[in-house]
Amino acid sequence: MNKNNKKTMRITTLLFTTFALASMISFTSCDTDETQTVATFSNLTMADEFDVEGAPNSDIWSFETGTGIDGWGNNELQYYTDRPENVTVQNGLLVITALKEEYNGASYTSARLLTKGKFKQAYGRFEARIKVPGGSGLWPAFWLLGENFDVDGWPQCGEIDIMEYRRLEPTKVSGSIHGPGYSGETDPQGQVTKSYDLGNDRYDAGFHVFGIEWGPEYINYYIDDVLYNQITPSDIEVTPADVVYTLNDAVEAVEATDVTGDWVFNKPFYILINLAVGGNFPGNPDNGEKFPHNMLVDYVRVYNK
Amino acid sequence: MKNLKFMYSKIILLSGLLFVVMMSCERDLSDQVEFAHLAKSGEIFTDDPIGLGTDFYFPYLGSKANAWSIDQNEGYESAASMRFDVPNSNDPEGTYAGAIFRVDGSGRDLTEFDALTFWAKASQGVTIGDIGFGQDFGLNKYQVNESNVSLGTNWAKYVIPIPDASKLFDERGLFWYSAGTQGTGGAAYTFWIDELKFEKLGTIGQSRPAILNGEDIVSDVFAGISLELTGLTQTFNLGSGRNKTLNVAPSYFDFTSSAPHISFVDEFGEVSVSSGTAVITATLGGVEAEGSLTINAVGEFALAPAPTKDPNDVISVFSDTYSNVPVDFFNGYWQPYQTTLGGEIVINGENVLKYTDFNFVGTQLSSPLDISEMTHFSVDILMPVVLPTDIDMLVVLKTETTLQQQRIGGQTYQWSDQTGDINNTEANGTFEEGGVWKTFKIPIRPTSETGLDKTAVNIIIIERIKSSNVTNLHVDNMYFFKE
Repeated sequence: MNKNNKKTMRITTLLFTTFALASMISFTSCDTDETQTVATFSNLTMADEFDVEGAPNSDIWSFETGTGIDGWGNNELQYYTDRPENVTVQNGLLVITALKEEYNGASYTSARLLTKGKFKQAYGRFEARIKVPGGSGLWPAFWLLGENFDVDGWPQCGEIDIMEYRRLEPTKVSGSIHGPGYSGETDPQGQVTKSYDLGNDRYDAGFHVFGIEWGPEYINYYIDDVLYNQITPSDIEVTPADVVYTLNDAVEAVEATDVTGDWVFNKPFYILINLAVGGNFPGNPDNGEKFPHNMLVDYVRVYNK
Repeated sequence: MKNLKFMYSKIILLSGLLFVVMMSCERDLSDQVEFAHLAKSGEIFTDDPIGLGTDFYFPYLGSKANAWSIDQNEGYESAASMRFDVPNSNDPEGTYAGAIFRVDGSGRDLTEFDALTFWAKASQGVTIGDIGFGQDFGLNKYQVNESNVSLGTNWAKYVIPIPDASKLFDERGLFWYSAGTQGTGGAAYTFWIDELKFEKLGTIGQSRPAILNGEDIVSDVFAGISLELTGLTQTFNLGSGRNKTLNVAPSYFDFTSSAPHISFVDEFGEVSVSSGTAVITATLGGVEAEGSLTINAVGEFALAPAPTKDPNDVISVFSDTYSNVPVDFFNGYWQPYQTTLGGEIVINGENVLKYTDFNFVGTQLSSPLDISEMTHFSVDILMPVVLPTDIDMLVVLKTETTLQQQRIGGQTYQWSDQTGDINNTEANGTFEEGGVWKTFKIPIRPTSETGLDKTAVNIIIIERIKSSNVTNLHVDNMYFFKE
């Protein structure tokens, strides 16, 4: 199963691939014969190949369970558990299963794994090979949170979303960052995000490698062998003076403190992988949607220079 | 289902010729000639029909034959498109528009595509009854259609996925449509289709086939009969994220019976039954279909009792006992409101009328019948073994303009004062048992009471009253007699 993604590809091919590459081309302004490098960090610092059957490796992963506050802040419908019905390692894959069942007042169950307290790293290459589930109203994600989450809270801690998917757009996956002043619940600037459209394929049809390469002044986003976005501090346009938070009750409020518009990605982050059901991003499952749905992860690997 | 017939009697097949022309550039014929490879092109219409030959447009019976044309003034990012002028519902040349586009020549190999796609718009917001492919006026084996296709007034792209492209290695029926004016109050409108082609999109996924509309049905039937699997659909998720459900022909499915010696399904979805219990399930392209049919076959089919009236006192419409008057049909498939399928079948050597999806059905006599001398109309009706819970029907004797209606089934409410209505309590019998023939002897009332012109009866209708849940029945021995 463990196929290494190709790290390089020729610009000549890229040029013909899709419009989505437009922004990438702007920062790889090399001549067309040059080989363009997708990933450059090659010193492996952490890997889970999911080769041991049963519960996920507890040296790397812990779980967040329950329903969080307001469905983890997104009106999600699932109750996360660490039961084998919801999360297990099988046939070389991490399997996260969303079930439709009445469980502690929720109508769905699923799982959310995280490396908090077990693994964190500043900068580097974070990638995972994932097959997202088909089905409506599902929200699989592979993402990072800043290590100071418990101290400073969100969005001050920073969030790097490497992969978020919803079947409303089955050919697209988005990569984003959230931070103070650009959390997504903000105006004039929301989260900094971009999606990559496969064009003639859909993500739920097979495995894809989703990754970032992250350095002090940039985060590069890639899928398989396509580098599709780079986010840098210059993408953050908001200033403390002009930011407005829109709260859940739609009342606009100016957040006086901690609104910096700062680049908060110069510290260690930990990894999260989860499969949410319903919520603001994917919408709720269709009536009659058949469960279970599985999110499959072939590996998670982290590198530094 | 529609009963569609050719309008054109002349069909010129240029299959060999077309094929040679297309293939000649690919390879020379040698002594070791291989099987022909059919054209793999997907295009049907861009600015002109593509590779369809000369004689490819076959309108449906009753439709306006010249509804289709090429419009040189409209097009999606082009100068031309296909134009469909759907006529007014009272147009003497045809009350709707509909046709198949069938390759005039060898079929196409469509196995490398995953959808039929096109751009379309209409002169007003309309819903087109059916659009699809796979209809060839032959076996229509791989017919697919999307029903109620909503068109707006601006060009938009439409996608009709192929249920299982591996089946379409030799397909002549590239496109078909049927459009009426039910949604426009009978008023004509126009729609355009452009860039009509089969494509490999790669973005269609999550196939969810279903039989019996995804329901698990238990059916008690007679041994020895056959029945048709209905509600065959397939739902896909498109690249747009939206789901699309299509009606899919039985031949796309692989059917399985838990007890093939008791019940099996052929490739046309026809289920044969002998005595016992069997469960019918299906897969499509390796994906298990939702829905199943559990058949409990009990006993042999009981034939209707033979009538005993003296033939001299009888004018028979349908029976094996008497000579019958000429009949045009035992099911008129009257569009758009009739759902009833079926008609004449033979069971154990006896002619029987079998109707499914019943709401109403008409038998039309070839020439008007004078029943002035007759006193009754007799009809035998068989309900399923499991009796419907609400049986309420009408038997209507009709001329072009007059009628007599008799309620049967034992219900008495909702009776109207409409001219032609009678409610003879004795004739309005109830069905006490399923699986047992019931004979109704309906008195023919004086014309002064009903208005029926007894000299020109030409249609006999059996009809379900709205709330009734009668959906399947057998009919036999329809005849007029005098006491």
